[in-house]
Amino acid sequence: MSLLTIQSLQKSFALPEGGKKMIVDVPAFSLAAGQQLAMRGESGTGKTTFLHLIAGILAADSGSIRLGEEDMAQKREPDRDRLRARTIGYVFQTFNLLQGYTCLENVLLGMSFGPGADRARAKAILERVGLGHRLHHRPRQLSTGQQQRVAVARALANQPALVLADEPTGNLDHKNGREALGLIRETCRETGAALLLVTHDPAVLGAFEEVSDFRTLNRAAEAGP
Amino acid sequence: MTLPLLVSRSLRQHLLSTLITAGSIALAGGLLMSVWVIKQQSRSTFTRVNIGFDAVLGARGSQLQLVLNSIFHLEASPGNVSEADYLAIKHHPAVKLAIPIAVGDNLRGYRIVGTIPELFTDVEYAPGKKFMLAAGRVFAGDAKEAVLGSFAAQKLGMKVGDSFHPFHGLAFNPNEQHVDLYTVTGILAASNTPADKVVWIPIHGLQTMSGHDPRAATDVSAVLIQLRSPSSGFMLNLMYNKQGNRLTFAWPISSIIADLFGKIGWFDQVLTLIAYLVAVVSAAGVLVAIYNSMSARRRDIAILRSLGARRRTVFGAIVLEAASIGLLGMIAAFAVYLVIATGVAALIRAQTGVVLDPWVFDRVMLWAPAGMIVLCAAGGLVPAWVAYRTDIASNLAPTS
Repeated sequence: MSLLTIQSLQKSFALPEGGKKMIVDVPAFSLAAGQQLAMRGESGTGKTTFLHLIAGILAADSGSIRLGEEDMAQKREPDRDRLRARTIGYVFQTFNLLQGYTCLENVLLGMSFGPGADRARAKAILERVGLGHRLHHRPRQLSTGQQQRVAVARALANQPALVLADEPTGNLDHKNGREALGLIRETCRETGAALLLVTHDPAVLGAFEEVSDFRTLNRAAEAGP
Repeated sequence: MTLPLLVSRSLRQHLLSTLITAGSIALAGGLLMSVWVIKQQSRSTFTRVNIGFDAVLGARGSQLQLVLNSIFHLEASPGNVSEADYLAIKHHPAVKLAIPIAVGDNLRGYRIVGTIPELFTDVEYAPGKKFMLAAGRVFAGDAKEAVLGSFAAQKLGMKVGDSFHPFHGLAFNPNEQHVDLYTVTGILAASNTPADKVVWIPIHGLQTMSGHDPRAATDVSAVLIQLRSPSSGFMLNLMYNKQGNRLTFAWPISSIIADLFGKIGWFDQVLTLIAYLVAVVSAAGVLVAIYNSMSARRRDIAILRSLGARRRTVFGAIVLEAASIGLLGMIAAFAVYLVIATGVAALIRAQTGVVLDPWVFDRVMLWAPAGMIVLCAAGGLVPAWVAYRTDIASNLAPTS
């Protein structure tokens, strides 16, 4: 059963010198519930914009992004925010942890915008990613690998139906990258979340059974700069 | 829990700026409350102080000077009242009690006032309150004895049995010592009136002090008067002030002091205006402090938004943070207020003997904090709008 269905999705940005540049032009794309898909794409091909559109961070110019019964592309911003908090977990290349908050607070804060903060569950998920002993540490007190684990815990805390991962190993060394990738895939499998991961790292792509090429999917990227 | 968590962590993250801004609010709020309370309490306390008398009779001159000199023991005496004039008002049927006083000497800067023992035995300085002795007894009317007000005794470090030579004049000059030797027979209990800062001796002693003009040996400086009825005041006012031209009848005492406050009302207004301006500047400080940190906060705001925080949530968090800085500042403002008000109260007590109490509740202690918090929240609106408009995608670097 399809969790994410995208049709005729387009997004362009205004250029400083006038006119517009199409960044994302995806005729069709789908992802089944629980499916794990890696998408190959070089820098500047619009992968992040594509994920931002799915997450509702950016508003689409046209097309539809159906998440289950709801169309992210048709919603007003506050409703997109609510839908994102409830159904999507996002793992970033730079982790995007809040530096003034502890690991536990980072996870609790992520939960508070969704179904509500649950301290016991937040602790449990941090223990699951191996940080049960670092609950009250701040991000800067952790290694980069540990920071990415907190980001994974935060992304999965609301038990999202879909996890988006944007170059999640881009800032990690080979060992930590492999561990983080394994953790993301395992925890998604455990919670039943679908995973859409974009990367240009062949090692990461090689770990997936299903890989597609974003340049093929995105007609705007195919056209080239 | 989301908003309190966001606000508390943000305050902690920007601790130095939070403390500096809250400190400036504390100073502004403390100043505002001090000015207000001292103004209110001074007016109400000074206009109430009459140490049990309705009027004062003195030499022709300013009613205010007469009251300040004879009730508050400030200013110089406008002149003398002859014994005949004193006896005339003492036996006037409209007068219930007349107590003469004489001034002109001091003890190391504390004013020596001559009077009769009835001041301590017959007069209620406030309803139901007579002067009480903390130690010793009242002086005998014809002896070289003294009773010290509580504040004067404390500051002079004197006790019953000590003796002293008075000094001539109202201001202390060590070269102007009289040869007369007085012995302290009593110390008054604190009355929180100007009487506390006075060294009281028999009026006869002051009139006949060595070096004083023997021709004025029966004159008094003023006569403190209790009337039999309020209407008597109109009659005596007419007699002395309108028909006569030798003496001044200062009545009623409270309205003369109220006139003084009326005359210096502009000064109150200037002080209050300055306090308001300081409050506004402090609130502007909140705006500047948060606004200046907005570029550093943009990434955090974008992260919060990416987690699902709505624009109005981040807007509300910034406004609440500004209000919280105001709240913290106003909590500290009470400490600032107590320091300022206690210092000013001590100064006023030393100068006038009148006691202001900074611990007494005043409504300014409610509306000033509330107003300041609202003002700070308003100061947070501009940075909150910047937060509201923060774009998520461009602040979640990098993109691929």
